[in-house]
Amino acid sequence: MFGTIIKDIAVLAGISGILAILLVIAERFLNDYGDCRININGKRDITIKGGNNLLASLGEKEIFLPSACGGRGSCGTCKCKITEGGGPLLPTEKPFLSKAELEDSIRLACQVKVKTDVFIQIPESIFNIRKYTSTITEIIDYTYDIKGITFKLEDGEEIDFKAGQYVQLISEPYAKMKQRVSRAYSISSKPEDRNSIQLIIRLVPEGICTTWVHNYLKVGDRVNFTGPYGDFYLRDTNADIIFVAGGSGKAPIKSILEHLAVVGIERKMTYFFGARTLKDLYLTDEMKAFEKIFPDFRYEPVLSQPESGDGWQGKTGYVMPYFKDAIRDPKNTEAYLCGSPGMINAVCNALTDLGVAKEKIYYDSFG
Amino acid sequence: MDISAFLLFWAAIFTSNILLTNFLGMCSYLSVSKEVESSVGLGIAVTFVLVFTTALNWLVYHYILLPFNIEYLQYIVFIIVIAAFVQLLELLIERYTPALYYTLGIFLPLITVNCAIFGVSLFMIIRNYDFLQSIAFGAGSGLGWLLAILMLAGIRSKLKEKLIPIGLQGAGISLIITGIMALAFIGFSGVATIQ
Ligand SMILES: Cc1cc2nc3c(=O)[nH]c(=O)nc-3n(C[C@H](O)[C@H](O)[C@H](O)COP(=O)(O)OP(=O)(O)OC[C@H]3O[C@@H](n4cnc5c(N)ncnc54)[C@H](O)[C@@H]3O)c2cc1C
Ligand code: FES
Repeated sequence: MFGTIIKDIAVLAGISGILAILLVIAERFLNDYGDCRININGKRDITIKGGNNLLASLGEKEIFLPSACGGRGSCGTCKCKITEGGGPLLPTEKPFLSKAELEDSIRLACQVKVKTDVFIQIPESIFNIRKYTSTITEIIDYTYDIKGITFKLEDGEEIDFKAGQYVQLISEPYAKMKQRVSRAYSISSKPEDRNSIQLIIRLVPEGICTTWVHNYLKVGDRVNFTGPYGDFYLRDTNADIIFVAGGSGKAPIKSILEHLAVVGIERKMTYFFGARTLKDLYLTDEMKAFEKIFPDFRYEPVLSQPESGDGWQGKTGYVMPYFKDAIRDPKNTEAYLCGSPGMINAVCNALTDLGVAKEKIYYDSFG
Repeated sequence: MDISAFLLFWAAIFTSNILLTNFLGMCSYLSVSKEVESSVGLGIAVTFVLVFTTALNWLVYHYILLPFNIEYLQYIVFIIVIAAFVQLLELLIERYTPALYYTLGIFLPLITVNCAIFGVSLFMIIRNYDFLQSIAFGAGSGLGWLLAILMLAGIRSKLKEKLIPIGLQGAGISLIITGIMALAFIGFSGVATIQ
């Protein structure tokens, strides 16, 4: 009886073992694409091991395309032109590409696997994107779920960015989280401070990166990030400006205002900050102080659900109804929005209803 | 069983269609039949997997399970063989036809638990088919499944712009269409039946 059981198990294990070995061998051969060449802008060649996606392959060689979702195919920011060798367009890419982009051979770098030699075109500014190592010098609790963290670059390095751009923070393994992830965070300090940057980070419940930042990082820790990325920055025109932010969306706008305080500006600016209750407001005095610095600037915090104990005397509800008073001439108004996708959507609709052109509404969606 | 492999092949496609007479392999049939292109892709993959897994399972059954007296383990062993083969196929498809790989997406691993594939392996044992008969039965069943999903996909793509009562949309109308197709296929049953 015992012998039969052992024999039966042995045969079953033998069959499974042989199949497993076959699979391992197949994977070795089928997943081996050898060395592949990536030609960039017809100027530069890099050689990588085939089989990985283009975004990661470029990253290995310290060429960083923007990637807000860390390669999950959900943000659509890792676009790049592939003139040859990208293989067929994949259904996972289609939703992120406009008709013009499709015709222009734009692809999502995180979805394209490098299996042969590829020819790509990327803006020269991408080469400005580097990997930085920094040390945390300050952590400020702005609210119960928002922290401001200052990262000082190591070895006297300097970062060159436009106010409004963002970096990709790379998390380290912690607790049960074994992998590193990379997430986008807008720089909240001014570009004139070239030796350090500040980020404002809101804790997302169960979020991989924000849990690491909020619960594990302390002053003196070393942290890596790449950057700068993004085209959310103030356009050089004479138009009136409406800023709208919610939560940690204050970060890029703080950077823009601090930069403007250095270079000076005459334009009319109104800044609406939407929050739920009094305890979600932060940096209010600092933002109000800009009213004295700029000739025509107003900071308007608006609470959607002020609690009775808050004693709130200011504006309530959503920010949208207050736009009317701030817009003198919709044709000559630009808007800069930053926050959750829901807020951005609602604000975009309200602004276009008031006559602000879609092309003049710029935003970074934190979705 | 005394029936020619050739006849078995045709019977498995038309008169004893694995999907329309046994209603096996329904989940991927219902979920992938929205577009003709992907349903053909999956149909071909199912046919391919069926031919090879029936052959492999026949060999495993007759040369390993029977000699070692462990036929009672056939359920587990057949599933393991099918799973390993599907993984191999996944690697092959990814290597040579990435577009198909992404179209099939999560459905490809679904083939592993596609009951049509498991069912064909079990039928060939219960019905005592020899090696050639098993392959013919596997190939026929695969093509029969392909035919059924292709027909449903064709009909569903025509139905896309039509108004369908809310309660019947999606799986509801697909099951009704499948029932009508099954009735139509009964018309072939005079030609030859295998049970
Ligand atoms: C251009 C850009 C700039 C950004 N700038 C900032 C910034 O300055 N400050 C900042 O705090 N964040 C910013 N973000 C958002 C940030 O990149 C992360 O998405 C966010 O911090 C969550 O990361 P996580 O790893 O903690 O959560 P994940 O592990 O990625 O997500 C955990 C879960 O939470 C959900 N989730 C993700 N984000 C949110 C959210 N914002 N609210 C509710 N649920 C969410 C996910 O769907 C998931 O289910 C920015 C995003 C972009 C694209
Ligand atoms: S990195 Fe987000 S879609 Fe590619």
